[in-house]
Amino acid sequence: MSDRQSPSGRRRRVRSVWPSMVPLAVVWCLLWGEFSLFNILAGALVGAVVVIAFPMPPLHLHLRPRPVALAVLVGKFVVDVVVSSVRVAWTTLRPGASSLTNAIVRVELATPSDFVLTVVAQMTSLIPGSIVVDVHRARHTLYLHVLDVNSAEEADEFRKRVLEQEERVVAAIGGYAHDIDERSDRPVREGGTKR
Amino acid sequence: MTTFFDVVAAICMITGSLLALVAAIGQVRMPDLLSRTHPATKPQVLGLGLVLLGVALRLREPEAFGLLALVIIFQLVTSPVASHMIGRAAVRTDNRGEERLVVDELSEDRPQGRADEGDVPDQR
Repeated sequence: MSDRQSPSGRRRRVRSVWPSMVPLAVVWCLLWGEFSLFNILAGALVGAVVVIAFPMPPLHLHLRPRPVALAVLVGKFVVDVVVSSVRVAWTTLRPGASSLTNAIVRVELATPSDFVLTVVAQMTSLIPGSIVVDVHRARHTLYLHVLDVNSAEEADEFRKRVLEQEERVVAAIGGYAHDIDERSDRPVREGGTKR
Repeated sequence: MTTFFDVVAAICMITGSLLALVAAIGQVRMPDLLSRTHPATKPQVLGLGLVLLGVALRLREPEAFGLLALVIIFQLVTSPVASHMIGRAAVRTDNRGEERLVVDELSEDRPQGRADEGDVPDQR
């Protein structure tokens, strides 16, 4: 990156320390069990050392969190996790596990954003019955191994559920193509309704 | 009220433990590597969450809540990565259990099981 040498680049880098440092300080306090002044300062110090010693590639996020859509996303996610856990538990326990059939399904996401891709992959992975086996970043495509799929129709149904999940993610946090043109604030695809 | 919370805590812990047991049974019963990954990584997340909820309801100490929340947050963040690494390794070493796949769109796209050839190589 060329902006590492320029003063503005360095300032941006220093400013980018904060968003990672504050959560690390909070984690430090939680681990010690109290929010004393000493813990907060020590946590900030450890956080700063971690962020500076292990720098991450910069993320250019343009998030617009929407409380209602976020609540819908989280609520639906919890329901999905519980329902799917029971399903996977039943798949595990029912007789005839050797006749089980699975599928590897390709899902092409509509949003050209690394962040949305990551969130969707993470959430889909947490819902039992599906794991991400491969990702094509340039085509923002996920390949998911799905447990207990009996036909191509069921595979299509699963694909539709992942795309609905993506729509909920975009509606909740916004899906800008920050990694394609970080300076443009033009949304590539509006998710949800404008408020 | 205390008894009520204790009963709910007990139910949460027992259900959580049962889900962990199912995960263990799945390791024995599932026919191939990728199928095994499913019960190993996911019902157990909900199981751990229920156990932690039970612990929180039983302890009723605010200092403990933060720590319990951290445990489940780290579980939620790391579990998909772990299952993805196993799944990716399984697919790339040709352990995808082909005879059990009704649909295999990864093989259609990349017969070698690699989806990212020609992908942008930066920032990994």
